[in-house]
Amino acid sequence: MSTTEGTQLKAKDFKGKVNPDWCPGCGDFGVLASMQKACAELGLQPHQILTVSGIGCSSNFPGFFNSYGMHTLHGRSLAVASGAQLANHELTVIATGGDGDGYGIGGNHLTHIARRNVNLTYVVMNNQIYGLTTGQISPTSRPGMKTKSTPFGSVETPINPITSAIMAGATFVARGFSADGKQVTDLIKQAIQHRGFALIDVFSPCVTFNKDNGYDFFKPRVKKLEDEGHDASDWKNACEKAMEWGDSIYTGIFLQREAPTLGDCEPVLDAGGPLSQRSISVSKEESQRIIERMM
Amino acid sequence: MSASIVYDYAIAIGGAAGQGIATPGNLLSRIFIRRGLHLNAYNAYQSIIRGGHIFLTLRARDGEVLSHGDKLDLLLCLNQDTMDRHLCHMGPGTHVIFNSDTIKPGEAGEGVNFCGLPIKELTNDNRNKLVQNTVAVGAIVRLLGLEFSVLQEQLEQQFQRKGQAVVDENLGVARAGFEFAGEHFPAASNAMPMGPKPLAVWTGNEALAMGGAAAGVKFYCAYPMSPSTGVLHWMAQNARELGIMVRQVEDEIAAANMAIGAAAVGCRAMTATSGGGFALMTEAIGMAGMMELPVVFINVQRAGPSTGVPTKTEQGDLWQALGASQGDFQRFIVAPTDALDAFKTLPELFNLADRYQCPGILLSDLLISEGTFSADPGEIDLQPEIDRGKLITEDKEGLEALDSAYLRYQVTDDGISPRALPGTKGFQHVLSTDEHDEDGVLISDEYTNPHKRRRMVEKRSRKFDNLESEISAPSLEGAADAQVTLIGFGSTRMVIKEAIEQLAEHGVTANQLAIKWIVPFHGEVVSEIMGKANKTIIVENNHSGQFFRYLRGETGVSADASIRKYDGEPFMPHHIVDGVRELLAGDAKLYVPDQEIMV
Repeated sequence: MSTTEGTQLKAKDFKGKVNPDWCPGCGDFGVLASMQKACAELGLQPHQILTVSGIGCSSNFPGFFNSYGMHTLHGRSLAVASGAQLANHELTVIATGGDGDGYGIGGNHLTHIARRNVNLTYVVMNNQIYGLTTGQISPTSRPGMKTKSTPFGSVETPINPITSAIMAGATFVARGFSADGKQVTDLIKQAIQHRGFALIDVFSPCVTFNKDNGYDFFKPRVKKLEDEGHDASDWKNACEKAMEWGDSIYTGIFLQREAPTLGDCEPVLDAGGPLSQRSISVSKEESQRIIERMM
Repeated sequence: MSASIVYDYAIAIGGAAGQGIATPGNLLSRIFIRRGLHLNAYNAYQSIIRGGHIFLTLRARDGEVLSHGDKLDLLLCLNQDTMDRHLCHMGPGTHVIFNSDTIKPGEAGEGVNFCGLPIKELTNDNRNKLVQNTVAVGAIVRLLGLEFSVLQEQLEQQFQRKGQAVVDENLGVARAGFEFAGEHFPAASNAMPMGPKPLAVWTGNEALAMGGAAAGVKFYCAYPMSPSTGVLHWMAQNARELGIMVRQVEDEIAAANMAIGAAAVGCRAMTATSGGGFALMTEAIGMAGMMELPVVFINVQRAGPSTGVPTKTEQGDLWQALGASQGDFQRFIVAPTDALDAFKTLPELFNLADRYQCPGILLSDLLISEGTFSADPGEIDLQPEIDRGKLITEDKEGLEALDSAYLRYQVTDDGISPRALPGTKGFQHVLSTDEHDEDGVLISDEYTNPHKRRRMVEKRSRKFDNLESEISAPSLEGAADAQVTLIGFGSTRMVIKEAIEQLAEHGVTANQLAIKWIVPFHGEVVSEIMGKANKTIIVENNHSGQFFRYLRGETGVSADASIRKYDGEPFMPHHIVDGVRELLAGDAKLYVPDQEIMV
């Protein structure tokens, strides 16, 4: 996390250049508001933050948020974000996107960025549907779900992002519900403050294309882990809670543990500040050493 | 052969993977360069860790070595298979060295010196299977007319890490081979000279990695893929000393996108792969074009399509580089002609990529990348000029956090917009893979605006208006009025040069137009040269004439004929000589040489 400097900003100072183009009622509005609030409360400055998204409705996020941003290819936000984070580890890097982007086309990167424990925060606005392509199943769609690509109902087992991330070695794994802005804000703050890779899967209902998993579905079911006295240091317990999908669906921090980040394990970053700000010239001594070894 | 060359000697070592060909190869290479002889080594191998057939050719000359050559002077057979395959290529006065305990000599042509080494006897029944290699190197050093001390120095260097006992064992068996050869075999007729000064040695991949380091690469990531992996190995080995972040990542898609992330925050970033990995990178290359970010992508070409022949060379990815990624966007494409050129090209490519804010593609191939070459240490400049272009790295003070005065994609006369790096106060913007306006705001969604789209397309394309002036124009090498002009791109330059020397001996005058820069391209210059030539022949390492078609497209001129090779093996000089003579004599438009050495 970056150091605080300048005046304390308010959530509105993190408002981007344009207004969101999401459908009225989209869950993503809540996530955006929570992110703005979290960054203000953490005392961050917009230029210290890099938001990186992929493609999808939720991936338009960086345009609606005042910080440096990258709106990248479908599924590639985590790869781009980790390159940026390693190249300038003083930036607060936040990746944002949807379930298709992060768990479908980009699923491979999630596994590897998690096991490497790259110090960045990943917020997935999970609506269990492909919205921008006008309604097809996503990797988190429930079995039996009828969409334009599954008119007779999906026959596939959905991915569980929480257990997947835990198994991959993520050190901070949480779930939120966009209608509970206070909780999401709190989770984002903790995720940014966490040293290492932090995944927050946020139920962010698509009011246009997903009639199965809207606000009415989640509201009676979501239960906070903290109310159950959940021990977030126990991965087995975390997985057990994450597998529940019925009358109770848990939100909160499933797992948090301390582990060295990839940057911590990389001696190149030990001293000298961000790589991106260092002199790029090879010194005369280094040059001579290299040539001597070739002789 | 040029008049000044008095020494030109080629040693081939053949065996199966796992038989330890690399060690005698390294020992001999080091001996050559220490004496100041020039070296060109080509290793023909397969995608196998144990077994198969490996054939390493080391050619030493007392002047520039342009290729691995046409002839073999000495053949070291580490197994029967090598004897059976290659004895037929050995001519009068050559030496064939083998373990006479296990390998039977075949039927040779006149004047071949069979040099059987009774390995068991010479090594007191040493059971180490690799011992025959060291005995053989001892024998070779004697046949070359060198003192044993020359080999001793190299053996001590090679084995010192394994302890004195290993050094002594190797010295003992090497001396046995050295002495046995002195007593039983005729020495090579041509004594090995000394060059004016010791030379350095590197592979093409090492040259590429060092070129990146010299250019100031601080972020290198890759997924291993033959024949590009040597770049990753050099980078990983030198990362800590040079302060370079080197990462092996989950796939080439990640490699390309991570490099883009690193470039976006201001690092010089590079990745290398081969054709298949490059195919996976292509979507990201387009993103670098759209975001206007400088990143360098190296494609070390191998025989394709698909997984193709992983350990064989080809120039088959020219069209892939030209067409990498959807849509129109600006990219540099350069095909260096040899290892030193590859090294020197990278800083130049990075400077251009930074100044024009777009991706750069470097096309190498297995021949350059995995070849081992001598180099003049005085030519290896690791401190080249660096130009990062229009960068903003100073904070803007006294402004509100949201600053509308700065436009990341400002429409300018030259199309280049000043680039503020993330972390710099007061210049926040979004780099977007979707089309965007001057301010980086998407125009792909509800804001789509055909006029804005046109302005942005034209702004980006203006960067490449009249870009040819940034690079030197290709020119004819050799006599202007030659009977034939040979045209190639990238790695064929050297072997064509040698073929031209040989053609002169056959009374054919030829010159060469070697093309290095594909984009930008000096179309008018090339078209003028082609128009004035008596006969143009394009030499390229692929089947469909990718370069022939590119030249025709850019110049409107069709070359008269082509020499193409697509069997996985590189051109040998005589392949081109035979082709030129046949094409000059008849009406054929295409000559495809036959690869005689079966590897």
